[in-house]
Amino acid sequence: MLSLLQIELYKISKRPRTYIAFIAVAAIVFIFQFAFKADGQSYMNLMLQSAGDTFDIDRSKAINGYFMCYIILNTLLIQIPILIALVAGDAISGEANMGTLRLLLTKPISRQKIIAAKFFASLLYTVALLIFMAIMALFLSMLIFGVDDMLIFRVKGDESQILQITKDDVMWRYVAAFGYAAVALTVIAALAILLSVFAENSIGPIIATVCIVIVCTIVSNINVPIIDKTIKPWLFTSYLVGWKGFFYIATDEDNVPIKGSIENWPAIRNSLFILLAHIGVFFGAAVWFFKKKDILS
Amino acid sequence: MNLLLEARDLTKNFGDFEAVKNLHFTVNEGDVYGFLGQNGAGKSTTLRMLLHLIKPSAGEIFFSGKKIGEGDNSLLKETGAVIERPDMYKYLSAYDNLNIFAKMSGIKVSRTLIMDQLEMVGLAERSKDVVKTFSQGMKQRLGIAIALVHQPKLIILDEPTNGLDPQGIADMRNLILRLSREMNKTVIVSSHLLSEIELIANRMIIINKGQKIIEGNVAELLDPSNTLVEINTTNNIEAIIQMQNSQWASLLEGNSKNIKLRMNKDDVPALVKSLTEKDLHILSVQPRHSLEDYFLSLTNNDTHVEPFAN
Repeated sequence: MLSLLQIELYKISKRPRTYIAFIAVAAIVFIFQFAFKADGQSYMNLMLQSAGDTFDIDRSKAINGYFMCYIILNTLLIQIPILIALVAGDAISGEANMGTLRLLLTKPISRQKIIAAKFFASLLYTVALLIFMAIMALFLSMLIFGVDDMLIFRVKGDESQILQITKDDVMWRYVAAFGYAAVALTVIAALAILLSVFAENSIGPIIATVCIVIVCTIVSNINVPIIDKTIKPWLFTSYLVGWKGFFYIATDEDNVPIKGSIENWPAIRNSLFILLAHIGVFFGAAVWFFKKKDILS
Repeated sequence: MNLLLEARDLTKNFGDFEAVKNLHFTVNEGDVYGFLGQNGAGKSTTLRMLLHLIKPSAGEIFFSGKKIGEGDNSLLKETGAVIERPDMYKYLSAYDNLNIFAKMSGIKVSRTLIMDQLEMVGLAERSKDVVKTFSQGMKQRLGIAIALVHQPKLIILDEPTNGLDPQGIADMRNLILRLSREMNKTVIVSSHLLSEIELIANRMIIINKGQKIIEGNVAELLDPSNTLVEINTTNNIEAIIQMQNSQWASLLEGNSKNIKLRMNKDDVPALVKSLTEKDLHILSVQPRHSLEDYFLSLTNNDTHVEPFAN
């Protein structure tokens, strides 16, 4: 199995499309960092307009590495599924398109092992992309903008909130957030692999994955009670941005943030379970259909 | 000879369409076994069922006397295959492709092993080049190297000469003969190029519309005593009249435009002599390609385009 995984990773590493995602992430991060370095203070002043002197933070230091990473992740983690689909959607269909699937399946290896190797390779690709993102968006931003307490702007129900997290309480939240994002994006990878089983060219499953994510995201953002109760709980897209929960710090009775706390851990835990269940269902279905598939390509 | 592979009542349905119907055949160790049939006859579907690429709707496959059940990879361990086109990872080098598929075959892989295989198919000097720069013939040879790298007992080649130029076809033929005679491999080779099968196979099966028409030794099936001979003279009507009144009458087929006799090939000189003695001028005598004729007669001349008559 390890040998199969190595082979899959080698093949991924040799394909030019693999690096599109890394280039896209680097480009977006650089644009954000350049924009905020040039004129970030105006943005911060606008956001803190209503806050007055509530926060014990030097406004010039509010734009720091931690804050920058949060802003970048807010944008990037919505777009990343498209980049994951580029690689995972190609897993089986790309082999069928090249004609290598029939050669691959005449080797004495079970189909379960082959698709499992492809799934784990996609998982490792997702993790590699997130690590790259962490290096670019977090560590590079920390170098450029420095480190200080972090401000989070949040809309909760009808009200806007600004949360302050002390600088020594931030890093573990990022580690947890990236871990959560890895699980969320693995759902996309599993979905793309499932769709890939049915296709004989890569374009179909990639576009289908992106379309499903877009449609489900739109439905997840429709605020109608009947959809809230009956559909949203079952959509994986309702949980993709659950990583933000790690930055929603709990407060005491006097509205003072409690260091090391999370406002709603059970919600995050449930989201993780639901995402893992989606991975199980999508991957299980992919294995089942792949085992039954007649290879006619 | 020991029986290596046996298919019993192999059947494959795609919806209501029966692609292969109750097909039964046997392949012995050391055979070059020709799998003959027109396009769409069910050759590739059958070979894909042997290779677990397509799940049979019914029937059984036995390899070395053992029934191959679902998930049983023992046949695949001992088999190398090139199915239709020799497709591989075009963005990887010949070395990488062979290395990957050798590892997937479950053998211990070394640089020497890979280079020896590439040397055998004449690609050692191009080992570092990416496959997308290769000609069809080179890809076909690399496909053969991939099929052979784990030293299988059985090689399955589906239409191996498709898309090759005459030199490539000759190279492929020599390679198959080497596999059989020097390396003692059992080879199943499918083709609709009848002349290729005739040149390389010792046993064969002919299938049509998914069903076996005949199976046996090529030499026996191509009995020279049953050759179809086409004759064209300056006066075919007179030639037919003369033949109808001679020892050749019972062998006559065809019409005045196209005189045909089904006869022993060795008797052709005597036929020519008897016609020239009757002052008939012979324009041509052509023993029809025996296997092609045989094949067409067995498949009821199931042509799709009317033959051109001049």
